[in-house]
Amino acid sequence: MTDISATGQVVCMRGPMELDQSSPVLREYGSEQSLLSRPDGSSTFVQGDTSILAGVYGPAEVKVSKEIYDRATVEVLIQSKMGLPSVRERAREQCVRETCEAALLLTLHPRSSFTLILQVVHEDGSLLSCCLNAACMALMDAGLPMNNLFCGVTCAISKEGQIITDPTARQEKESRALLTFAIDSVEHNVLMSSTTGSFSVPELQQCIAISQKASEQIFSFYRDSVKRRYSKMK
Amino acid sequence: MRDTPLSNCERLFLLQAIQEKKRLDGRQTYDYRNIKILFGTDYGCCIVELGKTRVLCQVSCELVPPKDSRPTEGILYFNLELSPMASPAFESNRQSELLVMLNRQLERCLRNSKCIDTESLCVISGEKVWQIRVDVHVLNHDGNLMDAASIAAISALSHFRRPDVAIQGREVTVFSPEERDPIPLSIYHMPICVSFAFFLQGSYLLVDPCEREERVKDGLLVIAMNKHREICSIQSSGGIMLLKDQVKPVEMLLLVEGEHENHSSERIKPFPVLLCFSSFVLMQRKEGGKFGFAESLPIERITALKRDEAPVEMADVKDTAEEIINRTESSTEVYPPGLKTRERSAASPVLVATGTAQVGEGIVNSWGLEEDEDDEVIIEDKGGGNPRRLQNKGELELSLWLYFRLLYHTVRLHLFSLVRPGKLQDSEDLMQCLTPRVYLDDLEEGAGHTEEALMVLLAGSTSMMASSSGISSSISLQLVMSFVDF
Repeated sequence: MTDISATGQVVCMRGPMELDQSSPVLREYGSEQSLLSRPDGSSTFVQGDTSILAGVYGPAEVKVSKEIYDRATVEVLIQSKMGLPSVRERAREQCVRETCEAALLLTLHPRSSFTLILQVVHEDGSLLSCCLNAACMALMDAGLPMNNLFCGVTCAISKEGQIITDPTARQEKESRALLTFAIDSVEHNVLMSSTTGSFSVPELQQCIAISQKASEQIFSFYRDSVKRRYSKMK
Repeated sequence: MRDTPLSNCERLFLLQAIQEKKRLDGRQTYDYRNIKILFGTDYGCCIVELGKTRVLCQVSCELVPPKDSRPTEGILYFNLELSPMASPAFESNRQSELLVMLNRQLERCLRNSKCIDTESLCVISGEKVWQIRVDVHVLNHDGNLMDAASIAAISALSHFRRPDVAIQGREVTVFSPEERDPIPLSIYHMPICVSFAFFLQGSYLLVDPCEREERVKDGLLVIAMNKHREICSIQSSGGIMLLKDQVKPVEMLLLVEGEHENHSSERIKPFPVLLCFSSFVLMQRKEGGKFGFAESLPIERITALKRDEAPVEMADVKDTAEEIINRTESSTEVYPPGLKTRERSAASPVLVATGTAQVGEGIVNSWGLEEDEDDEVIIEDKGGGNPRRLQNKGELELSLWLYFRLLYHTVRLHLFSLVRPGKLQDSEDLMQCLTPRVYLDDLEEGAGHTEEALMVLLAGSTSMMASSSGISSSISLQLVMSFVDF
């Protein structure tokens, strides 16, 4: 991993993404926080070419029909670039919402709402895991109290049985199974899993193990970005 | 969520500052905020930042049949959405006045000005044309959404490339971007909206109001103009009466801004910006360099961080996985349903649980048999009210359905008896009715009775009703079905 130089210029020659990889690789990723002025917390997370912008409002007022007497209500909205929202977005929203509900300390803010809005800026594979990462960074930026951080990792199993992490859209199309896991930061347990395609039980366990290994890198990235952000404070 | 209301002291402060020719961010009256336009990896995607206001636009295309009134023209569809991210006041799926106003103004600015050549979008006249869809998402609301949206829309339209098509007679072949280079849209001119906010009954004017200034404004004037000094649309809202000599200086202002490109360099004017950005992006794409939003992440900022490609360690993954699988016990036993049926070899569809019992085996299923019989009408002699028997397939199926429903209830040991009042008072008559038959009464005699019987039948099937009027309970299976003549 190369460090960012003082001038902030990163020079990297990279050829077009090819399919043959001997070991699973996480594409280059980056994030920026507090880029929007209106939401309480905002972040953008970029994985390769996939880019998601997240904004969170909370704790805020909640409609009486949606309020829960002892906990906060979490609402997640995923907006794609083109067209009207469909069931696919609703399914992804549910995955993200359940992960956030497990991570946030909801009982500290009863009868309030946390609204998380995710805008897909560009889609090139690993969409759900990018959404989860952007969501976690936005929640951190807003300073919301959480049990643990979480991150998303996507694994694709190719037709030959090879496991690829962080697949591009082309790799996803050519795979026979696609698995996304949300991993927590404290004990590296699986908080949420969303899979499509067919795979065997040993393959599932291998993907979980690989995701846990990959999540360590993402959590160290979270730590570094927060450290960098508060490095100027005395 | 509701937006925090503006306090009175803030309102007075803003109005007083405007009277003293001061703005919150230190701009002059006619100064625009910094404009930044970023293009994405795929054609037709751009993000515009007008100060802190951020807008995302995506252009896409699809082959559709044209409108009946215009068979040789393509279709332009505009959709602006106020994302709940932009402001706590925005809710998804809520038609607010602001949303309608923005959508309408965007349509007027881009469609009615005929800046896109729709005739060139026709593929087969009357059958297939390109529909260009422009989706604008507002990401952050810090004032002047209209200008940002119009800049985003026209930039995305100029950036967009549609797939190449080949027409052979009536067959259309659409080429993918790898096969043939996509074609840009033909754009005649680039109209851009400029907003002017009026305060204190039209006496003061500000260009490009920010969000706070918009809250205290009295009226808004939006003028859409292009480089050739043509006005594409004017919209005035807020009910403010503007005199002609107030509007004229505004127009002159826009003309002046367009001409003088060596104006004060801190503030970027909208027109030259567009030209240089789009050409810059095209250059980057041609050189094979990296492009897209990923590259535009401002890494020199303290709030941003980037990591390169890194491999994931796979060393002991397989061992960990196998260990987990061996640790968990595999449960492959299949528990048969219920204890009593363990002795039975075949699975029974009837679940015998506590509180239920079965009387006999039940009647053999005769549903399938009825389909083989002919659809004959057998009419017996009318003698003293003998019932007619009609073997119509539909009626029999319905009757059998009702029969089995009632059978189910009798299995549960509830007494069910149905008496056709006035007709069957004896047990002999009742015994005649054991087989499932459809009895049709004569219209003269039995109409009233059959209705009553039907009602009793229905009541009995929902609530287990005991027999009435002295019929002995030893006759447990009593079924009479009467149907009113269809």
